[in-house]
Amino acid sequence: MTIVGAGYIAAYLIALLLLSKPLGAYMARIYQGERTFLDPVVGPLERFVYRLAGIDPHEEMDWKSNAIAMLLFNLAGFILLYLLQRVQQWLPLNPLRFGPVGADTAFNAAVSFTSNTNWQSYGGETTMSHLTQMAGMTVQNFASAATGMAVLALFIRGLARHSARTIGNFWVDLTRSILYVLLPLSLLLSLVLVSQGVVQNLSGPVRAHLLDPTVDASDRPVMEQSIAMGPVASQVAIKHLGTNGGGFFNANAAHPFENPTPLTDFLLVLSQGVIAAAFCVTFGRMVKDPRQGRALLTVMMALLTAGILATTFAESASVPTMTALGIDQHASPLNPGGNMEGKEMRFGITPSALFATVTTATSCGAVDGMHDSFTPLGGLVPLVMMQLGEVVLGGVGSGLYGMLVFVIVAVFVAGLLVGRTPEYLGHKLEAFEMKMASLLILIMPVTVLVLTAVAVVTAGGRAGIHNPGPHGFSEILYAFTSQGNNNGSAFAGIDAGTPFYNLLGALAMLIGRYWLAVPTLALAGSLARKNAVPPSDGTLPTHTSLFQFWLTAVILIVGALNFLPALALGPIVEHLMMIH
Amino acid sequence: MRGKPVSRAIRMIVILTVLTGLVYPFAITGVAQLLFPLSANGSLLTRNGTVIGSELIGQPFTDPKYFWSRPSATEPFSDNAALSGASNDAPTNPALLQTIARRAQELRHADPLNTAPIPVDLVTASGSGLDPHISIASALYQLPRVARARRLDPSIVRTLVDRCTEGRTFGLLGEPRVNVLQLNLALDRLGGAPR
Repeated sequence: MTIVGAGYIAAYLIALLLLSKPLGAYMARIYQGERTFLDPVVGPLERFVYRLAGIDPHEEMDWKSNAIAMLLFNLAGFILLYLLQRVQQWLPLNPLRFGPVGADTAFNAAVSFTSNTNWQSYGGETTMSHLTQMAGMTVQNFASAATGMAVLALFIRGLARHSARTIGNFWVDLTRSILYVLLPLSLLLSLVLVSQGVVQNLSGPVRAHLLDPTVDASDRPVMEQSIAMGPVASQVAIKHLGTNGGGFFNANAAHPFENPTPLTDFLLVLSQGVIAAAFCVTFGRMVKDPRQGRALLTVMMALLTAGILATTFAESASVPTMTALGIDQHASPLNPGGNMEGKEMRFGITPSALFATVTTATSCGAVDGMHDSFTPLGGLVPLVMMQLGEVVLGGVGSGLYGMLVFVIVAVFVAGLLVGRTPEYLGHKLEAFEMKMASLLILIMPVTVLVLTAVAVVTAGGRAGIHNPGPHGFSEILYAFTSQGNNNGSAFAGIDAGTPFYNLLGALAMLIGRYWLAVPTLALAGSLARKNAVPPSDGTLPTHTSLFQFWLTAVILIVGALNFLPALALGPIVEHLMMIH
Repeated sequence: MRGKPVSRAIRMIVILTVLTGLVYPFAITGVAQLLFPLSANGSLLTRNGTVIGSELIGQPFTDPKYFWSRPSATEPFSDNAALSGASNDAPTNPALLQTIARRAQELRHADPLNTAPIPVDLVTASGSGLDPHISIASALYQLPRVARARRLDPSIVRTLVDRCTEGRTFGLLGEPRVNVLQLNLALDRLGGAPR
């Protein structure tokens, strides 16, 4: 790693921490229904939305009503997005006259964008009309992010309340997430992006005469370059802020029109972490104990830093097979060095490695370099980041509620070890809570590993493999890890545009999102009902360094036990083969 | 005023579609076209009134008198800006190593006197397939070939390379790099380019 590289990583981590505090405090006011500086502008719009939608903002709902509201809203969004893709040929803003998106691809994309996964088995600029990108993909970028944020707000209230039947109102949390947090930040970010070169127009492609005409694969002369355009900045801003990650273009954030400069790269990778980090602060404020939020943020940042350093080291090392061909891979002020296959020159090694780690840690899934072309260990870290359950920052909302489930498990196991009744924030943890927490932690690995196994033993699954050897297995494992954790990034060599992967992948995304969100709300409802237990001498403090260490260990041990055998068959054996 | 959950869900998604799917992107388009018309429309470059590319989008070059871009894995030809994409080949994939060996051979064949090691970015495909930049090392590697093909003093070409070089942002973000299309346009402007 270079000194500049180390400085870059430090600058990222510091910026993330500095922004998380004010944003987290602001969001605490949002979810506690307090006034903010945006009220004069957004307040009237908010009340207008409630009136149109028939929502009483003062209505309190129990966990079941909230879960039903969440599921119905997501179902409505799914249906609308599916239909929009299927009828786009009859609608305006379709300059390239794209036909309807194929049924299985449209189904996969609709599940993918409503579940905040944004796995893409299509190339944006050759599949989706401008209208589908705007009124379909962009809308779900907001809606799915706000769904995760609302579920988290409900869950935190479950932890903050005692002897209560209700945990808040999903509709209000959803609306306020969009109007007060996601939309203002997106407005700001998209204009900065445009100023840097991200395109924002409604035109069809621009034809440019090539300076040095070339020939195509069948030796026909090519005189022109057709440059795809569209309303990109508005979609890219929320794609990162909402940890969605679905690219406007096939190459995602590697495309110069989505991510034109090192500055936009830094802002995008910062955007995908900032709301999730800020939620730790929000959580601390809402449970009236900021130390609790800081403890979780510390654990997340420690795991994230370790991941960034590991990926950077792996990608900046020379690839032995390339060295043998006389290729200069030594980093210098003139040469990026390292493994540049699938990476962009303007970013180079460290920003690409950091981006890969953050995008998988946060469940964003946008990529500014191709993970499939990373070295075996460089690709291992993104896999692990997802396999920990998307709790290292994680998706907006979903990351912290996933982490809080790990906290409950950690408190419970610690309680068993010392023989005391486990309690967290004044709630006694009993059989029901542990059933839900175990369910939440076990569903994901079971889904990922079973579907990977199914794909490996069926012809339809193996047909998608792009790279030979253990890396081909890694591609399948990555595909289901990504979809089962609602990440959306890929070892993109895999041909996932087949009915087999579209349908199986959609199943993984549905389980990964809703089968986790509903037990999470059930847990919230059960915690809120309990009577407060005053802290005693036997209460395990959950903000100390000791507990942070313990929580980290629990997360790593659960992740390692679940996935180490699979990783050994993929990236680990590939690495050993490469260095020999 | 309380609606049933199904009706609320439908109404809410319709409201959000109008607000975040139409009003928001149209508003951003309007403001962007007003404030940043050049970048909002693709940072296009023109010569004699015709569009000859975007400063952000790479073009393929094979003529020895031009600096060559990084390899591109787009189909069916390099730097196809209508469908971006990467090779997705793993560094352990023998097919990738063969491709890299072939690219190295082509570079050496175009400049047999040059025995310097080839910088890694010049033989590896970019993530977008549209990378507009090469490293400074890759520009310097190609400099003798371009100067000879154009019968130019290498120091003149060097001046142009320096002029088309962008440093790290704030000395910290990204990599120093050379914009290939702008460099080649600058070379053509010098004249003396025998076709």
